Amino acid sequence: MKLQELVGESLTVLKVNKMRTGLSILGIIIGIGSVIALMTLGEASQQSVKQRIEALGSNLLVIRPGSSSSGFLRGGGGDVSTLKLADAQAIADSNRINTVENVAAEYTSAVQAAYGKNNTRVTVAGVTPNYFSIRNIELTLGRSISQSDIDLLTKVAVISPTTAEELFGQTTRYLGQTIKLDGNTFTIVGVTEATGSTGRSSGSETVYVPLSTAQRILFGVSHISSIYVQARNEDVMAAAHNQIGYLLLERHKLKTPADADFSITSQADLLETVTEVTETFTMLLTGIAAISLIVGGIGIMNIMLITVTERTREIGIRKALGAKKKTIILQFLIESIILTVMGGIMGVGLGLGVSVLLTHLMSLPTIIAYNSIMLAVVVACCIGLVFGWYPAQKAAKLQPIEALRYE
Amino acid sequence: MLELTNISKTYVNGSIVTTALDNVSFKIHQGEFVSIVGPSGSGKSTLMHILGALDIPTSGSYSINGTNTEKMKDDQLAEIRNKEIGFIFQAYNLLPRTSALKNVMLPMAYAGVSKTKREQRAKELLEAVGLGDKLTNTPNQLSGGQKQRVAIARALAMNPTLLLADEPTGNLPTNQSVEIMDIFQQLNNEGHTVVVITHEEAIAARTKRMITLVDGKIISDEDLI
Repeated sequence: MKLQELVGESLTVLKVNKMRTGLSILGIIIGIGSVIALMTLGEASQQSVKQRIEALGSNLLVIRPGSSSSGFLRGGGGDVSTLKLADAQAIADSNRINTVENVAAEYTSAVQAAYGKNNTRVTVAGVTPNYFSIRNIELTLGRSISQSDIDLLTKVAVISPTTAEELFGQTTRYLGQTIKLDGNTFTIVGVTEATGSTGRSSGSETVYVPLSTAQRILFGVSHISSIYVQARNEDVMAAAHNQIGYLLLERHKLKTPADADFSITSQADLLETVTEVTETFTMLLTGIAAISLIVGGIGIMNIMLITVTERTREIGIRKALGAKKKTIILQFLIESIILTVMGGIMGVGLGLGVSVLLTHLMSLPTIIAYNSIMLAVVVACCIGLVFGWYPAQKAAKLQPIEALRYE
Repeated sequence: MLELTNISKTYVNGSIVTTALDNVSFKIHQGEFVSIVGPSGSGKSTLMHILGALDIPTSGSYSINGTNTEKMKDDQLAEIRNKEIGFIFQAYNLLPRTSALKNVMLPMAYAGVSKTKREQRAKELLEAVGLGDKLTNTPNQLSGGQKQRVAIARALAMNPTLLLADEPTGNLPTNQSVEIMDIFQQLNNEGHTVVVITHEEAIAARTKRMITLVDGKIISDEDLI
């Protein structure tokens, strides 16, 4: 008997039991669907994180206070006051450092911001003028913080659109308005572009003020939270890392890198860490989804065993008429493979639908992993083969006399 | 061309040994019309299974058209059933939800006959048994007599050496039984070898030779004409 005839016959059988066919492949649909959806989502979020980090500049080094206990990962943290503005100036001015293009310093802390009756918790970032260019933050309105603002300790602020909306509501006429930060009056001089696409990924409610104003007037501190260093290009990142590291060690009168009271991270390090984390998560979730596939496979096996028992007499007839073992095995295997492949194809559809929908809702890039679709169909086929094998064997081993007697 | 030599069949169930057939020997020649009769439990069914290559004897040998079936594997027996034997069962044993035409085509499909040839032969056979207008009917759209005629057409599909009927009229009313026996008669007249297993005297009386089994032994083997 030819293969295509067996396929045709199996389709007829499956069509007769539409409800059962549908229910038994549901497990496969859900299993394949969730694997595809999770793989796609994982890929999408990874791409999105990559894009964001790369948008920050691949030649950016960030220096933060606190000891670096293992590799590049920051061990200490908290409000350690070991970094000073002078450190940043030294990095910019030292004639031993020839790999650095630009240096910016930042001091951040959270305060309550108020405009009239509206008030909200915001992150105040005291920054130096070149901060915006180093961190790729564009302004949509007004001007940014200037050197004279730093020198004169002016009380001016550049706000993010989210902060503006929180404080001023729908109105867009907030340039020149004043807000209160911890009781101090600041004049709005600029608005940054909306976050999300590029720029800061964290703290969308940010108010930028001159670093000196933040240090002396708002918080009364002399240290800074981070130094952002723009290297000349990507190739000198390692050299820049070393040069800055030794300069700071010397300045802080420390002997070995193990004693460092600061840490230097690059976007590449960050990228690597984040990629590893998302990859692990994707694998974990996909693994869980794969378990549902096995459950689906067992469902198929169950239904095939029922089918074999129900059709014992039919098998007897077929054997009496000269069907060989191979033919019977093939017939039942084809049936289970058709079930799982049908489920697989529908599952791919479901998975893609769900991932397009989710990536759209989460405004992630939609990346369809075509190889995962191929993989899903192959996996579905294998599930049919594996879980259909035992029932098919059982059918083929039936003795024709017994099978014919079966009522 | 059918030759049974010292055929015995015993079933062992724990410590109880049941002898279904006890040293049975006979021959059936090409073109014979034979009935095998006996009360229930006489070993008729067991004999039918062995004649039909559905089962193998515990001892003795059975050859069909010169081929000894002793020590044959399952798949070889399947091929014998496919090519040498046409079965007609009491319960018809047609595939449900499958058209008469496809039922008749099935043995030819297992033999690897091309689809067009299969379809053509199946049509001819169904027309020959008077079902030319029922090709697409499924078994549950046919009467008992019609189902049995489809089964006869299917049995003839591979032009087998032996037509083996097991209580073919057991489920049929008298008028349809007569029709079925008429068909067997006619097939025998055309040269087919027909063996009918029955417990009905009237059916046996229409054959040309009657073998009587009691307790797994042949007690009589007589020509009826």
